[in-house]
Amino acid sequence: MTREQTPIVRFRGVTKTYNNFTAVQSLDLDIARGEFLTLLGPSGSGKTTTLMLLTGFETASSGTIEIDGKRIESLPAHKREIGVVFQNYALFPHMSAAENIAYPLRVRGMGRAEVEAEVARVLATVDLADKGHRRPGQLSGGQQQRVALARAMVFKPRLIVLDEPLGALDKNLREQMQEELRALHRQIGITMVFVTHDQSEALTLSDRIAVFNKGRIEQLDTPEGLYRDPCTTFVAGFIGENNLVPGRIEAVGSVSASIRLDNGRLVEADAPNRPLIGERAFLALRPERIAFAEVGDASAIPAKVKQCTYLGDCYRLDVEAEGIGLLKLKLSGTIPTPPVPGNMVQVKFSDRECRILADR
Amino acid sequence: MTIDSAAMRSNIVGLALIAPLVIFLAFTFLVPLGRMLVLSVSDTELAAIMPRSVIALASWDGETLPDEEAFAAVAADLAAAREDRTAGTAARRLGYASAEWRTVLSSTARSLPDDASSITNWQDTLVSIEPAWGQAKIWHALAEARGPFTDIHVLTALGMDGGPDSGLYVNVLVRTFVIAISATAICLLLAMPAAYLLSSVSGPLAGLLMLTLLLPLWTSVLVRSTSWLVILQKNGILNQILMALRITNAPLDLIYNRTGVLIALTHVLLPYAVLPLYAAMKSLPKSQMQASRSLGGGPLSGFFRVYLPQVLPGLSAGGLMVFILALGYYITPLLLGGQGDQMLPFYIAYNTLQALNWGLAASLAGGLLIVTVILYLLYVRLVGVERVRV
Ligand SMILES: Nc1ncnc2c1ncn2[C@@H]1O[C@H](COP(=O)(O)OP(=O)(O)OP(=O)(O)O)[C@@H](O)[C@H]1O
Ligand SMILES: [Mg+2]
Repeated sequence: MTREQTPIVRFRGVTKTYNNFTAVQSLDLDIARGEFLTLLGPSGSGKTTTLMLLTGFETASSGTIEIDGKRIESLPAHKREIGVVFQNYALFPHMSAAENIAYPLRVRGMGRAEVEAEVARVLATVDLADKGHRRPGQLSGGQQQRVALARAMVFKPRLIVLDEPLGALDKNLREQMQEELRALHRQIGITMVFVTHDQSEALTLSDRIAVFNKGRIEQLDTPEGLYRDPCTTFVAGFIGENNLVPGRIEAVGSVSASIRLDNGRLVEADAPNRPLIGERAFLALRPERIAFAEVGDASAIPAKVKQCTYLGDCYRLDVEAEGIGLLKLKLSGTIPTPPVPGNMVQVKFSDRECRILADR
Repeated sequence: MTIDSAAMRSNIVGLALIAPLVIFLAFTFLVPLGRMLVLSVSDTELAAIMPRSVIALASWDGETLPDEEAFAAVAADLAAAREDRTAGTAARRLGYASAEWRTVLSSTARSLPDDASSITNWQDTLVSIEPAWGQAKIWHALAEARGPFTDIHVLTALGMDGGPDSGLYVNVLVRTFVIAISATAICLLLAMPAAYLLSSVSGPLAGLLMLTLLLPLWTSVLVRSTSWLVILQKNGILNQILMALRITNAPLDLIYNRTGVLIALTHVLLPYAVLPLYAAMKSLPKSQMQASRSLGGGPLSGFFRVYLPQVLPGLSAGGLMVFILALGYYITPLLLGGQGDQMLPFYIAYNTLQALNWGLAASLAGGLLIVTVILYLLYVRLVGVERVRV
């Protein structure tokens, strides 16, 4: 394998326990050189812990972590050459923005003139050329964010990790910073590991997303892959919206399975996490994959509209489907007769649009 | 218009709310302070006891001996003072200029004839009792002590009175500052790791450590200083342990010297250094040091460039507090120090209680106050007042 193809970071069987609590459990993760990888998961799922293990602020209870093919357990945090952007930025309040950015260069003993040139260059990259003299307290949230980013990349680290760096920003600024972050990533091509619990942020930014749940990676895939082919009920529910319709497995094939829904219908679909015959499992069904049926369609399911919200480009519906239960629907905003709560409608979906997921 | 009057009303209400505090401060702090400063230069003792002499000497040219009238006035004053038992006070006051005059005055007062009507020449009478009356010097001393103001105490405090041990109080002031600075330095050195430990542990251990830190604060200084006496004396616990461990062969001299004073002072004042430092350390987010490390800063860079600058306000607030408190310590050096370890407050107390020279006591206290204020202002100038927070 060439250097370009070897992963820059490699976790193998990494476990971290606090007292009796397992925060990260036998984690295997390869981070590719130059990629933008997002660790996505609910609060307490072990994302920060994973970053801490990588940056050296915590030590793994077992397992190995390699950077560039070398194990790093014995390397102290300040020798790991990993740029970190903290959730609260952790800028040094007693230093100006420029001094903050100069800090990593000065502790490396770089000459004064060189430091100044480098700081000026990086300040320009993050569009803060005229704000270098300001203290962090005199900068807006977005500007502080950029200083933190500049500080984390000025010393040309091997990779940059960012722990929910946009969490404190308001929606508009967050979207603007997302774009800037993506542009920056393209521009300097450095590996970035990004932590968030906001799935839309993860989908916008990432080359790949690792979905964390209870200290494990549930699925690691591209945004499209995760959305299209969720492999667990957790991912199906966490990435985008999904109806999880319960049923019992009747048959399993090599990649597919058949599930009997409570209304008697048998659905055959892809079953990525290998359900067992007789097991209770779920049919994952995207709201936008359910449609109104023509009159006389044999596969149509009668349903009662409970709620209908007009969102401009679409209608969002909650319906109570006979023998199935509550379903969420997303219908094109151009349907001729808008549904009214209380009305009976006919809904349908095709087997190909579904996935069968065992609940584990 | 209405807005103005509303604002005015709220201002008045505000003033009314702080008025009790202002009045309290005025009566308990500013007024006594002003009285003390006035006391250091006021001089009314002698004039009160010897009013006739003061009037008679007002017209004296100061070259030759004063006239018979002045002698008669002194005799009359002293006779009256003998009756009132105030002659000693007058003698003490005259003794500030030179101890000799004190004796002269008291013995004159004692030896004046009971029946004054037969005396015609007071000059001869007084000179025969005390030959000093025949010379101009004592008359100068009397004239200078007539008040109502004097610089004698201030000059004594500053070591400029020209007497034999005129440098005494300057030495004491220097010693006081040396002891206070040493105690401050030791306290800060010990407070750094202690505060760091306190700020980094959590749970029941943190509460326990805090309690051990605060417990001494709830104990009287006298009790604590006395306990050190028990621990540090020649046959005390510490010496016995050291000798049992064969660290020393003979007992160490740990009290009645500077060592004892510094040990006890440090113990008494340590919490005042730890608490502000602890507050500063506790409020420093953990991510600050993590940020330093992630940026390649080793432990030393992190400490000196990131940690220390951010806890400096706490450090200096603690230092200032310890220093100012140390300047005023009286009991601890008295119990544990030797002759050469007594600080200025000791001499202030001595002059107030023993020597009854309140003027000198007030001068010394004023001097201490002024030097402290100057140091404080200098400190604020260097560190910035907004950084002095506890
Ligand atoms: N020092 C610690 N001691 C004990 N438990 C800890 C410690 N640090 C983290 N944990 C636990 O480990 C689990 C994972 O924490 P982690 O900070 O990695 O979550 P996270 O995915 O980053 O969550 P969030 O989105 O809320 O930041 C949590 O349940 C947390 O309580
Ligand atoms: Mg976290």
